[in-house]
Amino acid sequence: MAEANLEDKKTKIDEAMEWVDARFPATETWEYHLSKYWAPKNHNYYYVFGFLGIIVLVNQLLTGIWLTMNYVPTDERAFASVEYIMRDVNYGWLVRYLHSTGASAFFVVTYIHMYRALAYGSYKAPRELLWFVGMAIFLVLMAEGFMGYLLPWGNMSYWGAQVIISLFGAIPFVGPDIVEWARGDFLMSEVALNRFFALHVVLLPLLLVALVFVHIVALHHVGSNNPDGIEIKKKKDNQGIPLDGIPFWPYSIVKDLFALSVFLFIFLAIVFFAPEMGGYFLEIPNFEKADPLKTPAHIAPVWYYTPFYAMLRAATYPLFGMSAKFWGLVVMGGAIALPLALPWLDKSPVKSIRYKGVLSRWALRIFVVSFLVLGWLGVMPATKTYTIMAQLFTLIYYAYFVLMPWYTTVELTKPEPERVT
Amino acid sequence: MTRLLPVLILVSIGVMLNGNTWAASTVDWPMEEFEGDLKDLPSLQRGFQLYTNYCLGCHGLEHQRYGRTADDFEIPRDLVEENIIFTGQKVGELIKTSMPPVPAKVWFGATPPDLTLEARLRGPEWIYNYLKTFYVDEERPLGVNNKVYPNVGMPNVLLPLQGVQRAICEEGNCDKLEIEEGTGKLSVAEFDQVAYDITNFLYYVGEPARLERQKVGVYVLLFILVLICFTYLLKREFFKDIEH
Repeated sequence: MAEANLEDKKTKIDEAMEWVDARFPATETWEYHLSKYWAPKNHNYYYVFGFLGIIVLVNQLLTGIWLTMNYVPTDERAFASVEYIMRDVNYGWLVRYLHSTGASAFFVVTYIHMYRALAYGSYKAPRELLWFVGMAIFLVLMAEGFMGYLLPWGNMSYWGAQVIISLFGAIPFVGPDIVEWARGDFLMSEVALNRFFALHVVLLPLLLVALVFVHIVALHHVGSNNPDGIEIKKKKDNQGIPLDGIPFWPYSIVKDLFALSVFLFIFLAIVFFAPEMGGYFLEIPNFEKADPLKTPAHIAPVWYYTPFYAMLRAATYPLFGMSAKFWGLVVMGGAIALPLALPWLDKSPVKSIRYKGVLSRWALRIFVVSFLVLGWLGVMPATKTYTIMAQLFTLIYYAYFVLMPWYTTVELTKPEPERVT
Repeated sequence: MTRLLPVLILVSIGVMLNGNTWAASTVDWPMEEFEGDLKDLPSLQRGFQLYTNYCLGCHGLEHQRYGRTADDFEIPRDLVEENIIFTGQKVGELIKTSMPPVPAKVWFGATPPDLTLEARLRGPEWIYNYLKTFYVDEERPLGVNNKVYPNVGMPNVLLPLQGVQRAICEEGNCDKLEIEEGTGKLSVAEFDQVAYDITNFLYYVGEPARLERQKVGVYVLLFILVLICFTYLLKREFFKDIEH
């Protein structure tokens, strides 16, 4: 009886919510995405990196806005305005380091998030579109990082952008024109700086936020995968709630908050005590202003691009009348695009690496090692030995994808459990 | 693999930080160690004074302000205005050199670079060793050469303090440097202190917020540690509801 009485009695807040809900789907949205979104209860800590990605994105947006208030995108002022932020703006150094460390953190959480998808088969049906949107986010993120890296107008900013833009010159016939069109000048100059700034602070962040939104919409439509790779929606109770599901709010959220505080400890330890991270987060030659007449002795991209940079440099032979540089571009482009084909390359009857066969397990291990080694090779100078190593590991990287239809077909898989473990 | 990945990532970080490609590996000289001390205000004050006396004539610090430096070193601003600013600038202004850049290029072959970020670019250790390793070399236009920066176009401005330093060759190896006694105003130890103070000053100028950054960082991390305890307990409390 007491319960019935409580239900009868509407508070002012209930009335206000009813008023809102009649005009905007507030309660409905809250329930659909949070309080009645069913997350598999066997989610492990690999499942916090999507949440961390959103946090890092918000950090980049907020610190970016404050940096934009004092940054000046001109040849004369860009480098000086960054130092102005570091010295004369109250806590400008903190905002700047949060942004520069945040860029690296963004790639750390994204790479782990992507690895999680590889390991548990999160790209397989019915999550192909979710995977595509995720790959689109990754591509936009790479562009965002590349454009942002030019803005401090240090010497490595300048020459790094110069090297990457000039890659397009290897495209037959139209290459040189494309390069000139992209730079808007005959060399990297204030023109390129201005357009990179525009893209970095307006277009690409808008795209990122929009794509992240679509990514979450797609995720909440199909439901989260889990380490067992089975669909919790298949076993529901009489109210239609998945038996192995727990509501995202509050359960997943409190777990994410714990993960967030651990992440913040590591992230802020770097921000406050090692913002240069040994020259990997802030490259040392970038403490010198951009100089078109002074090429740095050793040009290396920031660490998060180095696996792809190593593959770019691995192509050293001209073939079919095309230059080695052109083939490097093709190899790198292929390496970035190949994961898009994963939903069709993976022929395994099971999703998760837990139930896949021994070939898939080894393939994933070797793939991860090859990616890390390529990342290391990308920061090293291209000596003969290193180039041969880069070629070998590029082959391994490609083999993971190209051979996948074969090894996922011939291997023996373990039976998937009925319910999550 | 999912259990191994954190280990692999840690190993990679270790490898990357160890094989640091940015280290000044091009310098073929046994570097003397330098440990900066931003809490040593007397050293920083002396470095500031030495810099404006011996270096600022050619090398500006165009991103750093006199006033900020004075405040950080706890020197009253009017003292700085009276005794340290030779360029007629106001105390709130950036520390600029009066050397005109274009003629300077004709005089020295290259415009003397701005040194605001020199300590972050080459490292304070490099600066310290550079200041100490000028030696007589009659083949160079200015009569001196440098062990850390061979064939540098800069004269040895600290020569009156250090004295005449020569490279002594033994079996084709000329890495031994010796100062002619009585040619400099300072003893070897005193000159070491001068080189240290200037380097320490430039170490400060490279990132004036460094001390504050580390101080704030300690409190921030302590706060996060407490936060970790609470969020962990919160998570544990909620997950008691869930059967596995």
